[in-house]
Amino acid sequence: MLNENKGAKVNILVPVLSVVLGLILGAIIMLAFGYDPMAGYQAMLRGAFGSPFYIGEMLRYASPLIVIGLGFSVANTAGFFNIGVAGQVLLGWLCSVWVAISFPNWPGYLLLPISVLAGVAAGALWAGIAGFLRAYFNTSEVIVTIMLNYTALYTTNYLVRNVLTDSADTTPPIPKQASLRADWLSNISGGSRLNMGIFISLILIVVVMILMQKTTLGYEIRSVGMNTFASRYAGMNTKQNIILSMVISGGLAGLGGVMEGLGTFENIFVQGAMPALGYDGMAVALLGLSSPAGILFAALLFAILKIGGTSMPLGSGVPTEVVDIVIASIIFFVGANYLIRFFIDKRARANVKKGGAE
Amino acid sequence: MEKRHVKSLLTLGFTSGLVLAACGNGGGSDTAGSDAASGDKAAKDFSVVMVTDVGGVDDGSFNESAWNGMKEWGKEHNLEQNKNFAYIQSNEDSQFVPNLNQAVNNNFDLIYGIGFKLKPAMEDVAKANTDQHFVIIDEVIELDNVASVLFKDHEAAYLAGVAAAETTETDHVGFIGGQESDVIDRFEAGFLAGVKAVNPDIKVDVEYAGSFGDAAKGRQLAAAMYTNGADIIYHASGDTGNGVFSEARDRMNANPDDKIWVIGVDLDQQAEGEYDGGNLTLTSTLKGVGEAVQDLSNEAMEGTFPGGKTTNFGLAEDAVGLTDGNLSDDAKAKVQEYKQKIIDGEIEVPTHPDEVK
Repeated sequence: MLNENKGAKVNILVPVLSVVLGLILGAIIMLAFGYDPMAGYQAMLRGAFGSPFYIGEMLRYASPLIVIGLGFSVANTAGFFNIGVAGQVLLGWLCSVWVAISFPNWPGYLLLPISVLAGVAAGALWAGIAGFLRAYFNTSEVIVTIMLNYTALYTTNYLVRNVLTDSADTTPPIPKQASLRADWLSNISGGSRLNMGIFISLILIVVVMILMQKTTLGYEIRSVGMNTFASRYAGMNTKQNIILSMVISGGLAGLGGVMEGLGTFENIFVQGAMPALGYDGMAVALLGLSSPAGILFAALLFAILKIGGTSMPLGSGVPTEVVDIVIASIIFFVGANYLIRFFIDKRARANVKKGGAE
Repeated sequence: MEKRHVKSLLTLGFTSGLVLAACGNGGGSDTAGSDAASGDKAAKDFSVVMVTDVGGVDDGSFNESAWNGMKEWGKEHNLEQNKNFAYIQSNEDSQFVPNLNQAVNNNFDLIYGIGFKLKPAMEDVAKANTDQHFVIIDEVIELDNVASVLFKDHEAAYLAGVAAAETTETDHVGFIGGQESDVIDRFEAGFLAGVKAVNPDIKVDVEYAGSFGDAAKGRQLAAAMYTNGADIIYHASGDTGNGVFSEARDRMNANPDDKIWVIGVDLDQQAEGEYDGGNLTLTSTLKGVGEAVQDLSNEAMEGTFPGGKTTNFGLAEDAVGLTDGNLSDDAKAKVQEYKQKIIDGEIEVPTHPDEVK
């Protein structure tokens, strides 16, 4: 087998190759459609780093992605595919805004934390339903959370139109003291919607890392993920761990929604579809191999592609549809890194064999 | 093992940045517009841009009509696409603010927000850029540098209702809306009132897709309505309506004797109704978004931009209307009769479904 040194090299090589291959395929696609790939990527970079505003927007986009990715990874570690993160994001968004606009006279030090907690609790509760059903009735969390997504979407739209507003499609903005935005952050980033969410996300990366690696709860969640029966035999309360992992997962996803509600938009409006952030967050977690540091970089990569991508049509003439194909192909290769790993391993093994024969 | 993962991922982030940066340096010099903002601009230097609602410029209705107007304006003055006029597409609501800022940063003289959903975003961006001129369609923003354009959609929808009531053979018609909102409320109210004005006994099914970009949902809703006996569906749902048309086409291809119709919206959607044996677009309500875009671009170019003002276009201004489409002569006459009544003020068309008895 490979020695330690070679293994590390492969682990560096794989992501590099993924991104390079993705960029090359994207360039080929642009060439095939008759556009200049250099100009295209240049416009993307300018759109993500070209001015403080773009950097601010890019980080703003990454903030909720990080916590949502963390949320997905916690359930994933426990062996559950929480496909309901999008619904949990939406409910977190809804409840944080709901609380914030319901008590406009409360001071900020009270209103802001309570609004945030309301959003986290909503996401946690929503995911907890699936966790409870899984723990006690062994129902598939995939199906339950998919269905809960629809329930969340239509419930939210109903509440926005009939309870939060008088049949309008957008709620009034939240009171200023409940906002996650800060003047100094907007000022240094050229008026972008960058908000305190980025700091919350960075802190939570460390918190989740400690939770999963250094605490008994994290150990039990990981152990349940590896083998539920062995964990139960070892005396762990598996039911409780299943529910807790889903609750933590949903709470983190809900927090991502809070950042949208109290940071990005400062309101909530009728949604045409599930928030794309939910699904992007899942992709970020898978791309980051469920490790907190990996999620950080995967989220930043996603943000560069998405925010930078919006500048490509105007900056280089590449139409939006082609931009989406290019972004998808980059993500495809990064996501398909197992494939690349497989071929590298195969080659390495072939080399070892050859070496042995000589 | 875990540590190695972390290391590899650190590299992932780092190298992707490097690779991208390398690509960025490879290209030529930056050509993005940076023309000097001098007071009086010649036509060749004047530029306009529109930020679309979710759905894109090929939605066959709302965004497309705005884009057509802009292209028409460009042709009128012999201007170049992407330099003098361009569009920026929004794929989700969170992109409105970056897209509007992108428009500001690229030094366009006039920026259009196509659709009511851009209101909050445009309000923020317009406040931050008081020297920049903006136009919002279907909403009102009370700022000195924003011109607001409203359409009396309910008046055109009323005529669509009259046409549907005159044509239906099953005394059963349908309405499919995009997203629940003030704008689509106007469409629904007008249509309902128009149908009831001709024959109060006609049954009208009303459904919403919840989105302007979900053709699959539109198709499902249309299938259910036609199956339940409706023979005409009026859609006010942007891209979602393409699903309504495809469902109707499939039905007519499969069973040409059972005549069903679709009423199009915003643009003349005659072309969407082509099927093997004929055309199933009964008529389309027109909304002069394109004309408004054209007019305002000209006014802005001549230095008479109506900032801070709200214009409200209706039948009387010929800014909304109904195409002849495949209407029978009787129906056309009836539509004409009601149109005159609305213009004369004899009929006040309701703007909210609750006002329709």
